[in-house]
Amino acid sequence: MRHAPKPSYWANPLVWSVAALLLLAYGLPYSQPLFAALFPALPRPVYLQEPMATLMWQHTGLVLLSSALAVTIATLAGLATTTETGRAFKPLMETLAAMGQTFPPVAILAVAVPAVGFGELPALIALSIFGMLPVLQGTLAGIASVPSPVLDSARAMGMRPRQILAEVQMPLAFPLWLAGVRTSVVVNIGTAAIASTVGAKTLGLPIIVGLSGFNTAYVLQGAMMVGLLAIAADLAFDRLAVVLQAHGTSAVKDQA
Amino acid sequence: MIRFEHTRKLYDGAAAIRELNLDIQQGELLVLLGPSGSGKSTVLKMVNRMVSHDGGHIFFNGQDINSFNVQDLRRRMGYAIQSVGLFPHRTVAQNIATVPKLLGWDAHRVQARVYELLKLLALDPEPYASRYPHQLSGGQQQRVGVARAMAADPDVLLMDEPFGALDPVTRAALQLTLKTIHRATGKTILFVTHDIDEALLLATRIVLLNQGRIAQVGTPLELLQQPANDFVADFLGRADLGLKQLSLRTIAPHIQAIEGTEPIHAIAHTATLREAISQMAALHVSTLCVTDAAGTLLGQVRAADLLENQHA
Amino acid sequence: MPASLVQRCNPVLALYLALAMGAAWGLPFLRVSPNRLLSGEPIYLWDVLLQQGSPMVFVLVLDIAALLCIAVWQPKGRTTQAWVVLAMAAGLAGIWLLASHFATSATQVENPFSRTALGAGFWALCAMAWMIALDAIDRLQLTALRRLLVQGALLLPLLLSLNEGQYLSIAKEYANQSDIFVPAILRHLLIVWLAVVPAVVIGLLLAWRMTKTRRLRQALFPVLNVIQTIPSIALFGLLMAPLAWIAVQLPALGHAGISGVGIAPAVIALFMYALLPIVRSALAGLGQVPADAVHAARAMGMSSRQLLWQVELPLALPALLIGLRTAFVQTTGLAAVSALVGAGGLGQIMFDGLFSAANELVILGVIPIVLLAMLADTFFKVLSSLINTRPQ
Repeated sequence: MRHAPKPSYWANPLVWSVAALLLLAYGLPYSQPLFAALFPALPRPVYLQEPMATLMWQHTGLVLLSSALAVTIATLAGLATTTETGRAFKPLMETLAAMGQTFPPVAILAVAVPAVGFGELPALIALSIFGMLPVLQGTLAGIASVPSPVLDSARAMGMRPRQILAEVQMPLAFPLWLAGVRTSVVVNIGTAAIASTVGAKTLGLPIIVGLSGFNTAYVLQGAMMVGLLAIAADLAFDRLAVVLQAHGTSAVKDQA
Repeated sequence: MIRFEHTRKLYDGAAAIRELNLDIQQGELLVLLGPSGSGKSTVLKMVNRMVSHDGGHIFFNGQDINSFNVQDLRRRMGYAIQSVGLFPHRTVAQNIATVPKLLGWDAHRVQARVYELLKLLALDPEPYASRYPHQLSGGQQQRVGVARAMAADPDVLLMDEPFGALDPVTRAALQLTLKTIHRATGKTILFVTHDIDEALLLATRIVLLNQGRIAQVGTPLELLQQPANDFVADFLGRADLGLKQLSLRTIAPHIQAIEGTEPIHAIAHTATLREAISQMAALHVSTLCVTDAAGTLLGQVRAADLLENQHA
Repeated sequence: MPASLVQRCNPVLALYLALAMGAAWGLPFLRVSPNRLLSGEPIYLWDVLLQQGSPMVFVLVLDIAALLCIAVWQPKGRTTQAWVVLAMAAGLAGIWLLASHFATSATQVENPFSRTALGAGFWALCAMAWMIALDAIDRLQLTALRRLLVQGALLLPLLLSLNEGQYLSIAKEYANQSDIFVPAILRHLLIVWLAVVPAVVIGLLLAWRMTKTRRLRQALFPVLNVIQTIPSIALFGLLMAPLAWIAVQLPALGHAGISGVGIAPAVIALFMYALLPIVRSALAGLGQVPADAVHAARAMGMSSRQLLWQVELPLALPALLIGLRTAFVQTTGLAAVSALVGAGGLGQIMFDGLFSAANELVILGVIPIVLLAMLADTFFKVLSSLINTRPQ
């Protein structure tokens, strides 16, 4: 198979967004003159209360942890619907997955606070719970996308149900599953920022502080960080999908 | 080899298959023929337990199929369907190798078998083995499907309208390939179709089903010459029964020595009666020379002899 | 579980029952505190039942429990499922009434300052009752419209008895905030409509242009995708500075209400978010219009505009409705976050509650948002099913 000429690293938007992210995170303290010029009216134009880099890593950590939990549980739950016992729970899973598209993530965050209080814990719980829904949707959609002639052939050839799941259903469900994980992670990055309102120390903190103190510069800095992080994550998944497609199945379907 | 005894199948209370009694011999190509809804696919699927039967028994090599472990049973039967169902994420070679790998064959044996089957199905192993299904045409995909069904040298091949979705040219080619394979390997094949001509071409025996019951069982010629009832006659194309019979016999027994002037046009000695009559009608003649493969003159055939079934 | 056992029973209902039992036993049904400042003491369901005392209630509870146990073993019986639905409607109202009466007696009889808050157990039991009812409705296999009606009817007893709960702390909180509640809802809806309606108009136009010009499509799609990726709070924040600058440069706009905070950044950001689902669904819809139909229409001499209105739009409508549904539902949820930048609406109530640790306020903010989102979702689903009379 002929390979397309390798694109130069510098043309890669993922590289640019990660570079911009790190630059902003670590270079913020040095950008005083820039922001002072942009916001002449503000006495403190640069957010220095917490090192932006620390916030970034905490934010990333929170998202990664909750996503790991969410992906594991949701994938297992979704795959379980293919078994004999799990089939009865399929309508419930489908309802839950659909709810993920109507429910605003803030709602779960808000409801977690009365239950467990302020801080990182409600954020983790809310992110994990809400993060499960797109992954569940992706898993179910992926499993449903396996063409029934393929399933029939697999059964007729004498493959055991577990073999069919591992060798046929999971590889073919992978693209839609990955799309679900991608949505989950990117949305969680946003929700983790909002979690600053409930006491979590994430990149939303400069935004919240800026909003309450009428400091537009803080808000801008925080917003840029969150935005760049989300874009970088999305691009990373894009790249992952491309890389996996090149190596693996040629039946990968495009997600518009 | 496969025996149905008083087999019944119900769907939502309505009988899809009623009182089926059928004995399938080893080595025959049995075609299950019938209109839509006659239950022919259901009968096929009952053999490898893709569909469970509700009454009576089905025996495979003398043993009740319900006594087998279902996966072991299915690994001894090849299954080819109209929509093929190749694994899109695996290459042609990997697809074909599926059941052999399930049975634990070693890599060498698997590879050899894959290549052997690809050649048998007229697909050049070198480029095709590493291609993916979406890179193949419909006809090629079905060839791979048949190869996959035959991979582990199963006792019986189950085929559910495998050529139904193909264009007439590809379909004809595949029918011929299947007929050749059947003659060469002597495999027992259970073939479902609603196409009469396909059935007449391929079958050693035909089972004509109507609404879950057997209307008639017999060789193609038996069905054409002695249809058991109106349904059979109508299904086989009442007005064409005679012509269809002609396509089942060759002109060889009717070749005579040439008397008088030699006919101008010639026909191969392997032609069917139907082809000969058709040639004569097209050329507005009533006699034809018969030549063999090398071109040597063997004799002549006359229209009257062919129609009145007079032998030389 | 062996396959035959699963087919003979309803494992989902069994799970719900187990969860409901666990919630009734382990989670506090209510929390009572002698005044507003102290945190509440947990009160469990059995305590409440015992306190209410009447044997009727016990009989009812036992009947419902028995019915559900029987229903576990009758996964297909339609009458059983209908009874379950009725039982759950009664159950929802019953749970509410139990809590309400307890609060009433606690306030009137014991201590006029006491606060009775709904505990985790209450919410869990309500959720379980709702889920059990949904499962039973599923098994009844009704048409879409009837299913909706039954779901609505499920809430009827609860809605009728809402007034009884006037001594619950959530009702008291609502009474405190009642004058800002309805304006908040209206404001929320205003934000949604101000964002979605222009998005529909411009989105449809863009989509139509994009079907004609490939370049526009290739240029615009990535932009819309990037916007969709940026989290809402970030987009609100990014818009604040430029809008504030604009308000300073053009004071007239500032007077009109456009500034860095308030409704302006919210509406603009939400408009941008709504564009993607609408454009994408419009493109998908227009793309799946059969070429034969277009061909035939042109052959009949239709102009481009007639073609659009009489052929393309009607055939693209189902896909379009899906995009509209996504846009409305998504915007309703995102508008909650916009309260952070001062846009007001139901999100304001929610965040006020969060910041002042008033749990009831949070719930009073969250429930309407969720209900509005579900209402929009249901409305468009019904619309879609009415339009989908033709085979695809």
